[in-house]
Amino acid sequence: MAQQNDDIRPDHRIILEWVAKNSSVLDLGCGGGDLLYLLIKEKKARGHGIEIDDKEIYKCVAKGLNILHGDIENGLADYKDQSFDYVILNQSMQQILHVDKVLQDALRVGKKVIVGFPNFVYYRSRLEILFKGKTPVNASLPYQWYETPNLHFLSILDFIEYCRKKNISIERRAFLGGAQRVYLFPNVFAQSGIFLISAGSSSPP
Amino acid sequence: MTTKSAIVQTKFFTFDELVLENGEKIGPVTLAYETYGQLDTKKANAILVLHALSGDAHAAGYHEGEKDPGWWDSMIGPAKAFDTDKYFVICSNVLGGCKGSTGPSSIDPKSGKPYALDFPLITINDMVNCQKRLIDHLGIEQLLTVVGGSMGGMQVLSWLVNYPKSIRSAIPIATTARHSPQQIAFNEAGRLAIMADPHWNSGRYYDGKPPAKGLSVARMIGHITYMSDISMTEKFGRQKKWSSDEREKFTADFEVEGYLRYRGDTFVKRFDANTYLYITKAIDHFDGFAGKSVQDAFQHVNAKVMVIAFKSDWLYPAYQSQEIVKACKIAGLETSYCEVDSTYGHDAFLLEVEEESHLIRHFLKKVFNDHKETNGPTK
Repeated sequence: MAQQNDDIRPDHRIILEWVAKNSSVLDLGCGGGDLLYLLIKEKKARGHGIEIDDKEIYKCVAKGLNILHGDIENGLADYKDQSFDYVILNQSMQQILHVDKVLQDALRVGKKVIVGFPNFVYYRSRLEILFKGKTPVNASLPYQWYETPNLHFLSILDFIEYCRKKNISIERRAFLGGAQRVYLFPNVFAQSGIFLISAGSSSPP
Repeated sequence: MTTKSAIVQTKFFTFDELVLENGEKIGPVTLAYETYGQLDTKKANAILVLHALSGDAHAAGYHEGEKDPGWWDSMIGPAKAFDTDKYFVICSNVLGGCKGSTGPSSIDPKSGKPYALDFPLITINDMVNCQKRLIDHLGIEQLLTVVGGSMGGMQVLSWLVNYPKSIRSAIPIATTARHSPQQIAFNEAGRLAIMADPHWNSGRYYDGKPPAKGLSVARMIGHITYMSDISMTEKFGRQKKWSSDEREKFTADFEVEGYLRYRGDTFVKRFDANTYLYITKAIDHFDGFAGKSVQDAFQHVNAKVMVIAFKSDWLYPAYQSQEIVKACKIAGLETSYCEVDSTYGHDAFLLEVEEESHLIRHFLKKVFNDHKETNGPTK
């Protein structure tokens, strides 16, 4: 069992740990469906993926997943409130044009939302900007400026501040530097952050 | 004995009477149907394939002495998407059809002559009610899936809404829950072409010449809508049929004109003009959401659904498939949707075999295995 889990991507492992058994899940931008498949297999989850890339759709179908071809931007409107236990936006949030709208909608459709994104101010990225004077390209930001699908470049602090402003509760958080968990100064040393959030109490901060 | 067992025969099932959606009665009703593969002992592997406007019961294999296989032979057969080594596939000609099932060209028992326009107006739901009788007759309680493209997809939706407990899954392809004015308009142009043909004679042409010119024009209009700008350009370009000196004034100069004339002419040999009128009317009036809003359409449905659309299909554009997906989402159904990248237009559902096979094969496998897990293995 432990050996099997070695193949699991570190961010997937964290999400797998957070999702309760027998939950319903909507994975936005699910790619080839590895995470969704894992959640179904290990956590008996039920759920859907939404994905824009046809090639990834065919992979999802081959895994026996429920997959809807479409973009995330318009994918949520049709669902009733609290349709899913979890809505997942793992490494897809930074690629959405209207992030705020989608996040608010995700918090409506899902009881909880899991968000994972690259930390733009990881120290190596800072050094690249400072010393090379170039847009950072590294493991968590692997694209050249002219081919990146990322539309938003945010830091872990940016996201925490956003949640505070929008009265979103952060229930859990985890930070990764490569395959390792990062506990100290994540805004500097983490390449990516993963958050479990839910709509906060109705009174504004 | 089983080598090249691809020779198939059409069978017939007749029942006394059908009460139509509009309250009228018709009978006896015969359905022509074919089956491929073997029904397993638990009768859990049956698939009902539903044909489009000009299709028939002959979906796969070869009829004795014929060169061309059934209309979806690329998808149905051993090791194909609908694997007949594993599944039992049924396809029947629709009510109102002209390929063995009761339709306007059948003999009206009251007059001893073909029904012609005495044939009642039928609906997609009426077609499906007949299919349900056939499935009951074959002793099948629940179908593994119902699948079809275009008008076949409408029948799939009708099954979903009217017989939700009789199906475990549904695959509507390149279809819509409701015809748009544009779709109705094309059908109406086709119908008027038939009725403008003097041989049509208010539908009473069975002892004389059929309205071949009219039906041929209707089919030409249809064919234009089944293709796409790109597929026509790729297939014909501006290729001429004749050199300029042998040219007459209004012959078919371009390849595309010749092709459409040819398709029109071959169609009239195999299709009944009145059937064309009745079936296109049924299609135009179809409402797959049963008069309800998208919100309420599939409330009692519990099947797993796979919706397939094609990018260049402008006759049944993807947004219409997405409406179906939306209804499934709201109803909380397990749904998959794929918009296959294709340049073939509406015809893609018959031509994009590789992609369609991939999607359907895996989807069916999942539905079949999930059922086995909950109901024990089938032999």
